Amino acid sequence: MVACNGSTLHRISLLNAEDIEKVAHLARLGLSREEREAYAQDLSRILGLVSQMNAVPTDGVEPMTHPDEAGLRLRDDVASGEINRDRLLAIAPKTRDGLYLVPKVIE
Amino acid sequence: MEWETVIGLEVHAQLKTKSKIFSGAPTAYGAAPNTQANVVDAALPGVLPVLNGEAARMAARFGLAVGATVHKRSVFARKNYFYPDLPKGYQISQYEHPIVERGRLLITTASGEKVIGITRAHLEEDAGKSLHEDMGGFTGIDLNRAGTPLLEIVSEPDMRSAAEAVTYLKTLHTLVRYLDICDGNMQEGSFRCDANVSVRPLGETRLGTRAELKNINSFRFVERAIEYEVRRQIALLSSGGQVRQETRLYDSARDETRSMRSKEEANDYRYFPDPDLPALVLTEAFLAEVKDAMPELPDAKRRRFCEQYGLSVYDAGVLTASRELAQYYEDAVKAAGAEPKLVANWVTGELAARLNEAGLDIAFAKVTAQGLAGLVRRVADGTVSGKTAKDVFEAMWAGEGDADAIIASRGLRQISDDSAIEEVVSQVIAANPKQLAQYRAGEEKVFTFFVGQTMKASRGKANPAKVNEILKRLLAP
Repeated sequence: MVACNGSTLHRISLLNAEDIEKVAHLARLGLSREEREAYAQDLSRILGLVSQMNAVPTDGVEPMTHPDEAGLRLRDDVASGEINRDRLLAIAPKTRDGLYLVPKVIE
Repeated sequence: MEWETVIGLEVHAQLKTKSKIFSGAPTAYGAAPNTQANVVDAALPGVLPVLNGEAARMAARFGLAVGATVHKRSVFARKNYFYPDLPKGYQISQYEHPIVERGRLLITTASGEKVIGITRAHLEEDAGKSLHEDMGGFTGIDLNRAGTPLLEIVSEPDMRSAAEAVTYLKTLHTLVRYLDICDGNMQEGSFRCDANVSVRPLGETRLGTRAELKNINSFRFVERAIEYEVRRQIALLSSGGQVRQETRLYDSARDETRSMRSKEEANDYRYFPDPDLPALVLTEAFLAEVKDAMPELPDAKRRRFCEQYGLSVYDAGVLTASRELAQYYEDAVKAAGAEPKLVANWVTGELAARLNEAGLDIAFAKVTAQGLAGLVRRVADGTVSGKTAKDVFEAMWAGEGDADAIIASRGLRQISDDSAIEEVVSQVIAANPKQLAQYRAGEEKVFTFFVGQTMKASRGKANPAKVNEILKRLLAP
């Protein structure tokens, strides 16, 4: 366990099984009870580390979203490149009439 | 109790690029399934997105047109959710740092002009399409639309009625087409609208709980969906109930909205900056270029039409409703060489009526701007009367040729020659001694009888102004 300075930091860094359940559901991961417990510990440690970093004064520092500050390279608006539908469909488990088939989803 | 309606709109405008926002696949509508989805759109492992510069240019053009801040630095983020028509498991969008913020759109309502705030506009990619019918218990996925560039335009909750919301939507629709960034085709989903609707007691400043209406694909349905939803919320609150914050689908067949999912169980999208894409940085030169290429906007064009052509605000509004119609009008005025008001009457009158009747866009008008100008010239110089000109227009629309050819072949040339008209008038007077006596006895009504007879005798070709003038002279005792 990462050492946390102060009980507040320690408390917010703790995740319980319910939190793990929710995160796992969002990521569509099926976890056993043992795995949930293990992940609760691992992720709590990561949050502990984040708490430590949060303690560093960063007022006035612009958050960096990407190390390349030069920015994006822009592409010309030209339709180009290969589209091989048959090759793409061939690696899908199930297809029909040029469509990918998936288990029925209705919202 | 009196209630106030509060509406904010989110519009997804599909940008008119040739290729997708992050891949080189084409964007044409209606292609065979999955023939316009490449490895990037299908999210094969290892592929990387590369931003289409034209999409950024179009977003910037929109931002400048609504007087917004176009950020020199904006960031793409991942919006995470699972749905089979989104093969990556996330949509690339913009979240904390959109490209456009804080704009405004001026709308003209029945009670005058009103400014609607635009909170933000951000770039994102569209998802593919799911087909649930006739798939043998499966769902079919077509990724052709996946990766099509969208500009999501979010308004402030500034609208106070369904009619105002529709006016805002139409104004925005006109603007994006003027800017040539979206084709505005609502049937094909190029311009889609979600409406956030809430009500509150009149005078209350806090917002009520809102419902988000989805699936509205025409101006008429936007109005109906909002009106239904307002009635539903007022009935609910009046009977002591509470509005739930939820997403509701509008069912146009039943003219009602119904609950789709409530926000409590809504997705947690876990946005974060997309590590595949550095920030979008726009240079001064890029923005200057966008500014220089800005077309004349609807408001400015309307004002210019009033001043330059002496048109009424109403006519100028009709003629500038689309860039193409305005162009047609200006081409016709130029070709006619004068008579801007007469040209306006023809464009908003006969031409508009014909287009409406046939359900045609101005691009498919069967009479060209030059053709119409040819006809207007003949009305202006007295070759044909306005009434006869309508028959000529009809013949032109039917493809019988230009105005001069039709006037000549049908012998429609108006008789303006004084002596020829005098001859007809004299004959008419000689043939109607009784009416002549009545007129001379002071029954002025009989004058119209003589006009009618003269027009009839000339088979409608006598110049009406001349007929009046000559009749007055010859009928005088």
